[in-house]
Amino acid sequence: MKKEIIFSMKSPYRDDFRIQAFRFGKGIKTLAIVGAMRGDEIQQQYICSQLIRILKDLEEKGKVAADREILVIPSVNPFSMNVGKRFWALDGTDINRMFPGYDQGETTQRIAASLFKAIEGYEYGIQMASYYMPGDFIPHVRMLQTGYEAVEDAKQFGLPYVCIRQPLPFDTTMLNYNWQIWNTKAFSVYGGQTNHVEDKTSKLTIEAILRFMKNNGLITSVNINPGYLSDIMNEEELITVKSDSGGILYRIKSPYDNVVENETIARVIHPYEGSVISEIKSPCNGVIFFAHNKPLALQGDPLFKIINS
Amino acid sequence: MIKTVVSSALPIDEKLRIKKNILTNGKGKKRICIVTGTHGDELEGQYVCFELINKIKANMEKLDGTVEIYPSLNPLGMDSITRGVPNFDLDMNRIFPGNPEGSMAEAAAFAICEDLKGADMVIDIHSSNIFLREIPQIRINVDEAEHLVPYARMLNIDFIWVHESATVLQATLAHSLNRCSTPTIVVEMGVGMRINHSMGNELVRGILNLMKNMGIWEGEISPAVISEPVISNGDNVIFLNADKSGIFLTETRNNTIVEKDELIGKIVDPLSGDILQTIKASERGLLFTIRAYPVVYEGSLIARIYKL
Repeated sequence: MKKEIIFSMKSPYRDDFRIQAFRFGKGIKTLAIVGAMRGDEIQQQYICSQLIRILKDLEEKGKVAADREILVIPSVNPFSMNVGKRFWALDGTDINRMFPGYDQGETTQRIAASLFKAIEGYEYGIQMASYYMPGDFIPHVRMLQTGYEAVEDAKQFGLPYVCIRQPLPFDTTMLNYNWQIWNTKAFSVYGGQTNHVEDKTSKLTIEAILRFMKNNGLITSVNINPGYLSDIMNEEELITVKSDSGGILYRIKSPYDNVVENETIARVIHPYEGSVISEIKSPCNGVIFFAHNKPLALQGDPLFKIINS
Repeated sequence: MIKTVVSSALPIDEKLRIKKNILTNGKGKKRICIVTGTHGDELEGQYVCFELINKIKANMEKLDGTVEIYPSLNPLGMDSITRGVPNFDLDMNRIFPGNPEGSMAEAAAFAICEDLKGADMVIDIHSSNIFLREIPQIRINVDEAEHLVPYARMLNIDFIWVHESATVLQATLAHSLNRCSTPTIVVEMGVGMRINHSMGNELVRGILNLMKNMGIWEGEISPAVISEPVISNGDNVIFLNADKSGIFLTETRNNTIVEKDELIGKIVDPLSGDILQTIKASERGLLFTIRAYPVVYEGSLIARIYKL
């Protein structure tokens, strides 16, 4: 394992800002993994820390391919995590909206540029991502349809689903989009939520990434179950269930749960009187893919996304 | 007449309401919309709304058409000094034209866009952020310049920045409306969290002048002289960014012509007392942006100069 600092910057009042990278193997640049880009992506960082621990052990035992290189960057934004902010603490900008970055531009553009320079040119790229709405997912691989998306390769994670969607204008500044445009087969892996470290989902995600490495010959002699035969789906096919009122959300169904049409999957409770304002029912038979996980619901909030069976 | 454009229940005994004031008179069919408050830390537009409503109401008989004023597209952000929409990750001006099936913010953006569509002119007023101080200016995408610059010149502002097209800007309110044939002009002026009365008064005069040219307003514009703006030509805007992290100190005011190598300010270390960087104009030109918030990191924008 080679440990290096790929970017550092003085702060007016704090310790230096540093981005650390961990390199395994050598030779062909094969896989780059990026962990927390926002200050609340603790689970995403934890997963990377565990991968670094495992890869270090495997490398010492000679089980990492000698002619190829894996790069892991567990955090791009330790400063925000240390002060409990999701975005860049000074100006509220999101590093994941700054790609491919600009080394003469604003601070977060420079951070994005230095990261992109370090991870450019790898055959595969994995970003441990979080969603812009609060909620729990069935762990899956997500990618934007840029024309370069490597959907078949994504199946090698052995996660239940591979989810693709058309990019929107603001997606063009995200890492996944730019990685693809610059010829890296990029995958965003969505596991657990932010601000938590969950054993079950983090274990599943770590296994999925190790399975991907094993299936691509990057690591050997590792005992991992074969995983799922992934289903490929387009995000547009998911059925969104919205809240028709505001109140306290009492969630009944969770990701992985099977539901039938008209089954109650959540209730919105009057915040003062405790009565049920709204019964949220499934519009179809299917499986819960995404479930809102905050205790309050706004009118119109997407509460569930269901895979219609 | 006050009308609610968006109404959506919040969890606890409250509704989010996005409202507009409709002023209408005469037989004229033209409609101009003034929108502001997309970012909760930008307040310059509040003064413009207030002054414009009062100037029109005082001479209602001079109005021949409809003026619709939306003071706050992001009421929760305005009320909590939050630039974005509270409890929502994305900048509201990056989610247009919105999505009726999306989150509350995306659904609100959709409803706002639908409500504005078809207007003869939309003026979208911004006031930079807390970090940068801007002279009164209009920003126009190069693809829309031919159509919009003639209107922008009527608005009594100092500078028109015709900028290159960027994919991300396609998700702004202005782009979304321009794309569906609703002409929309973006005004930037002042600094976040503050109100500059003088700039506001100049813009109000400009809006009335534009309305007069559109045939919506028959009142006098006083004083009648309207500023002739500097119009950017090609890629001549220079960005000066900090090379060092520290405290930015300056005595320089924007809206001045700076000479090449003229001192803009310095970045200092308040612990050691050292001057870390001296920032000078790299070209002669109009200084139209200057840093307002003193704490800077490497990369923080210090100034923008339009090269003359």
